[in-house]
Amino acid sequence: MNIDKKICDDLVANDVSFVTTVPCKQLAGVIEEIDARDEIFHIPSNKEDEGMGLCAGAFMGGKRPAIIMQNTAIGVTINTLATLIQYYRMPLPMLISYRGELREPVACQVEMAVHTKALLAEMKIPTYHFHHQSDVAEFDAILKYTFMCNKPVAILTDANFWGGYGDQ
Amino acid sequence: MIRSEILKEIAPIIRDQLVVCNIGLPSQELHMIDDQPTNFYMLGTMGLSSSIGFGLALAQDKTVISIDGDGSVLTNLGTLPTIANNVTDNYILLIIDNGSYGSTGDQPTYAGKKTSLTAVAKACGCENVIEVQDKDLGPVLQDAIDSKKMTVIVCKCDSGNIKLPVITMDPVVIRDRFMKAVAK
Repeated sequence: MNIDKKICDDLVANDVSFVTTVPCKQLAGVIEEIDARDEIFHIPSNKEDEGMGLCAGAFMGGKRPAIIMQNTAIGVTINTLATLIQYYRMPLPMLISYRGELREPVACQVEMAVHTKALLAEMKIPTYHFHHQSDVAEFDAILKYTFMCNKPVAILTDANFWGGYGDQ
Repeated sequence: MIRSEILKEIAPIIRDQLVVCNIGLPSQELHMIDDQPTNFYMLGTMGLSSSIGFGLALAQDKTVISIDGDGSVLTNLGTLPTIANNVTDNYILLIIDNGSYGSTGDQPTYAGKKTSLTAVAKACGCENVIEVQDKDLGPVLQDAIDSKKMTVIVCKCDSGNIKLPVITMDPVVIRDRFMKAVAK
């Protein structure tokens, strides 16, 4: 199964047409696939809170947005999640590269990984963890759930899900 | 002129446009001067007025004006390259540059010292950047709306605040009212 393609297929099928990204090595394939889709407007952000602002505006303009980022961004965006996305009750699927999990080669990534789920739980953000490639089957239902309840929803995708780090 | 005087002067110009207004006193002042369903008031999240407005402009065709401050743009400087590299001609970024963090007690910002946000915006690749003095803003803003070209306006003015109440409208009400005005 090509998980990059499956993720983009689900985004398009759920009418998600505005995607902002801050890249991660694990996300390179899915970002490339998004760029190849005419149905999705892709706008890279310089920082994840900026990206959430773009998504909030796009939502109010009638588009369904999504953000793709690394889990370190949870440390950057707590205030934006609380005072913009949650306070104004906006839907925001967050496809998150979950660095610092099993098969992680960079020790520093573990330092945010150990806080990621705790922070998301503290923020009462519905959180799903894709560990096996077959877990991507739930992505479609998660998108429907997000736009049903108008909340930010986190999809953590770890190295095992993406197939490791190649030669590292 | 201080920011509230500027907002009073431009209220008739922006009344029929979609406006995303910066957190704190700017939103409170605009709300008091000329509350409109076409105004989106930020109650938190310093720095994101430009980003929210820009996302809105990209998502639909109506003209969008983000009213921002120098302190808030400095908080989210990464917004300027994003705006510059994804031109949408229905977007105007109006930076009210009073050289201070007005809502927190007029502490000086770097924009009031050596840093020129006009030069920063140009260096980031923004093509239509206009620096204007407070008293001259009205016609410049009207021209920017009429030109249908993406424009960044840096309006230099005095620092200073008026006393006024906080916005008590619920955020979901603000958002819902605004989205209905956007869709109208």
